[in-house]
Amino acid sequence: MNKEFQLHPEQASTFAGQVDLLYFFVIAVSVFFMALICVLVYSFSVKYRRKTPDQMAETQAHENLLLEITWSAIPFALMMIMFGWGTYLFFKVYQVPDGAMSYYVVGKQWMWHIQHPTGQREINELHVPVNTPIKLTMASEDVIHSFFIPAFRVKNDVIPGRYTTMTFEATKTGTFHLFCAEYCGTEHSRMVGSVVSMEPEDYQRWLSGGISDETPEQTGAKLFSQLNCATCHSDQPGARGPSLNGKFGAEETLSSGDKVVVDEAYIRESILNPRTKIVAGYQSIMPMYQGQVTETQIFNLISYIKTLQATQGAK
Amino acid sequence: MNTISAPHSPTEFEMPREHFLNATHTVKSWLLTMDHKRVGILYLLSISVFFLLGGTFASMIRLELATPQADFMEADQYNTAFTMHGIIMIFFFLIPSIPAVFGNFVLPLMIGAKDVAFPKLNLMSWYLFIFAGAFGIATTLLGGVDTGWTFYTPFSSTYSNGNVILAGMAAFIAGFSSILTGLNFMVTIHKMRAPGLTWFRMPLFVWGMYATSLIMVLGTPVIAITLVLMMLERGLSIGIFNPKLGGDPVLFQHLFWFYSHPAVYIMILPGMGVISEVVGCFSRKRVFGYDFVALSSVSIAVLGFLVWGHHLFVSGQSIYAGMVFSFITMVVALPSAIKVFNWIATMYRGSVTFDAPMLYAMAFIGLFSVGGLTGVALALLGLDIHMHDTYFVVAHFHYVMVGGAVTAFMAALHFWWPKMTGRLYPEGWSKLAAFLIFAGFNLTFFPQFVVGYLGMPRRYHVYPEEWQLLNIMSSAGATVLAVGFIVPAVYLLWSLKNGKIAGSNPWTATGLEWILSSPPPTHNFDTTPIVTEPAYNYGKPIEIPVREKESAHV
Repeated sequence: MNKEFQLHPEQASTFAGQVDLLYFFVIAVSVFFMALICVLVYSFSVKYRRKTPDQMAETQAHENLLLEITWSAIPFALMMIMFGWGTYLFFKVYQVPDGAMSYYVVGKQWMWHIQHPTGQREINELHVPVNTPIKLTMASEDVIHSFFIPAFRVKNDVIPGRYTTMTFEATKTGTFHLFCAEYCGTEHSRMVGSVVSMEPEDYQRWLSGGISDETPEQTGAKLFSQLNCATCHSDQPGARGPSLNGKFGAEETLSSGDKVVVDEAYIRESILNPRTKIVAGYQSIMPMYQGQVTETQIFNLISYIKTLQATQGAK
Repeated sequence: MNTISAPHSPTEFEMPREHFLNATHTVKSWLLTMDHKRVGILYLLSISVFFLLGGTFASMIRLELATPQADFMEADQYNTAFTMHGIIMIFFFLIPSIPAVFGNFVLPLMIGAKDVAFPKLNLMSWYLFIFAGAFGIATTLLGGVDTGWTFYTPFSSTYSNGNVILAGMAAFIAGFSSILTGLNFMVTIHKMRAPGLTWFRMPLFVWGMYATSLIMVLGTPVIAITLVLMMLERGLSIGIFNPKLGGDPVLFQHLFWFYSHPAVYIMILPGMGVISEVVGCFSRKRVFGYDFVALSSVSIAVLGFLVWGHHLFVSGQSIYAGMVFSFITMVVALPSAIKVFNWIATMYRGSVTFDAPMLYAMAFIGLFSVGGLTGVALALLGLDIHMHDTYFVVAHFHYVMVGGAVTAFMAALHFWWPKMTGRLYPEGWSKLAAFLIFAGFNLTFFPQFVVGYLGMPRRYHVYPEEWQLLNIMSSAGATVLAVGFIVPAVYLLWSLKNGKIAGSNPWTATGLEWILSSPPPTHNFDTTPIVTEPAYNYGKPIEIPVREKESAHV
């Protein structure tokens, strides 16, 4: 309440300044046109004010092609500049930088579950090291939410049934607002939290003091055995399911003849609803896990599957 | 050729002995009327009730947001308040406002017709609207609905505890009223124009109504189907939108905005038509660039169907689709810009007065331009990531919907009030109200641009403390705005008995509606007028009504 008057939120990511620059350009163009419109309307009202009730207009001129072209072409050209600029920024923010730290986010009415690459979990708080590219992979347990960090100028919807991602790199340490931006029910306005950006050493200290028990890979390995995944998914000859070793990122041929890249979304789909895309040469016998595993458990399973190395000589 | 501006004579300042209002008096004669003018009046009364109701919900929202904490409403009550505000204002005020009231009242008069093409269907539209309204009122009385007017799935179809099906039915039925009105107007414009009234001699309001009707007829069935699917999923758990049932939640957003973005143009195109009439009349000049203004309405109607994806830039839509939708949105902004420049050029070297309709028209030009320019900002992909679902969006569409559509409705109401009632409203009070609405509106919604860019998400019941000052400004403005709307309600009702007799053409306007007595006779034209000149032929010397000569002040 006592902060000085601001026109934009704090710029705390590599992206923020770039967004604000475009914003100020758009404001400048808008102010120019509003000033033009106001000055013209005002001066015409004063200058051509009707002084006697029977006063006619000075002219009935009502056509001028050159004028029409001018006041179409100039705004259009300006809009094209803005369009190109905005699209450039958009494509840029959707590029995942190499070596980004990978976090998982699950939204559910009305809280954010966050899991760090090293396994720490937290609720409604996201601790990140400063000056490090971060990638969030996000899913929802129920309705649509939206993960919004104004100080970083990033937002993306968190949608049930699919993964969305977000990347950013904090440039300042500090605590910043985290909001749910998509209306999600009763406590929507309390589905808020904070993003804490820390020096890397502080982040390491925070991690070791945290509630770390096991990494997502370890949790995933346990689940993998609890759910008896390995019974079918193995390198053994005659295994009923395709081996998962070394498959992450590789291409598989489906029974339909199509090809698919084994990524997070494909693995998730194959766990929840395996019948959709069957690998060529296998029967559709895997049970559906829809409703039996949580989004967080799926994240852990994916983390584990990513670690499986191809075995020598195996197919 | 004088069919269009008939000279006044002193005796004209008497009410016509018989007109459509006093031709019959029974309630039945109103409820079973086939007269397009009476149907227009029925709509005016009904939407005024809904405007009051929607405005009450708006006041509750602004009262709650005066402080950052929850004060007099629970979270669920707040969510219900903004949802009901949206549903009522959009489906029961804005969409029917200008088309169903003034489209019905003046469109047949403007084209020299005795009625719309299908008078019974026209009455049926009103009954459907009232039937839908009953569902809307029932929703409110039974505790409301909390999905937001957008009914996003799977929240609406699975998780919400509100009266979703009842509210969905209200919007579903109201849609049919809209389709029938659109159909009626299209046939009327095609088939019932007076001899000589070629397409490019039509008043621009008629062009606006034609474009609006196109959208109503082509777009509304899509929202009807979408709402049915949503209600089926809620009632019967068929999997269309809920991923747990095998559906896709984003599919709903595509279908919803395929109608609801064009619906924005249903709300603004008629308003643009009104502004063209008013600016021409009160500048006493032919509307500049008539062809461009007319065809821009049609191009908005067509292009408006191709931009829905700009509501989904951060909703999991492909980034390449985002690029295409962003580009088309830039293109659809252009016809609006063309209109604004042509209205201003119409004032150039005109004979300009500041009667209430013109004040509202000038307010429209300014406020709509702000709405349009901020719309361009939101359509930029890189900026929308940050602005999407914040108060910046709320401010933007209120500049278009209230600053644009409602301001144009007020312009139309004041412009045609003398024609509808035969009476003038008090000039001084009308100017005061126009000023209050303009000032109150800006105070309410301008701070929301700022707080939105700072990051305040929309539909928030509680918010961080640092944004209280901007929210207080907004709530204070809403108070001024409310007073601004109460004042006209009072003086317009007062004028029904006490206003000066208007005469047939108080604004010395061109257009066929102004050659009729005020109020017009039931069957409009005794003989079908023949049109031999373009619209807005303001180049002829004007005979001023005697009363105005006595008090030369305008």
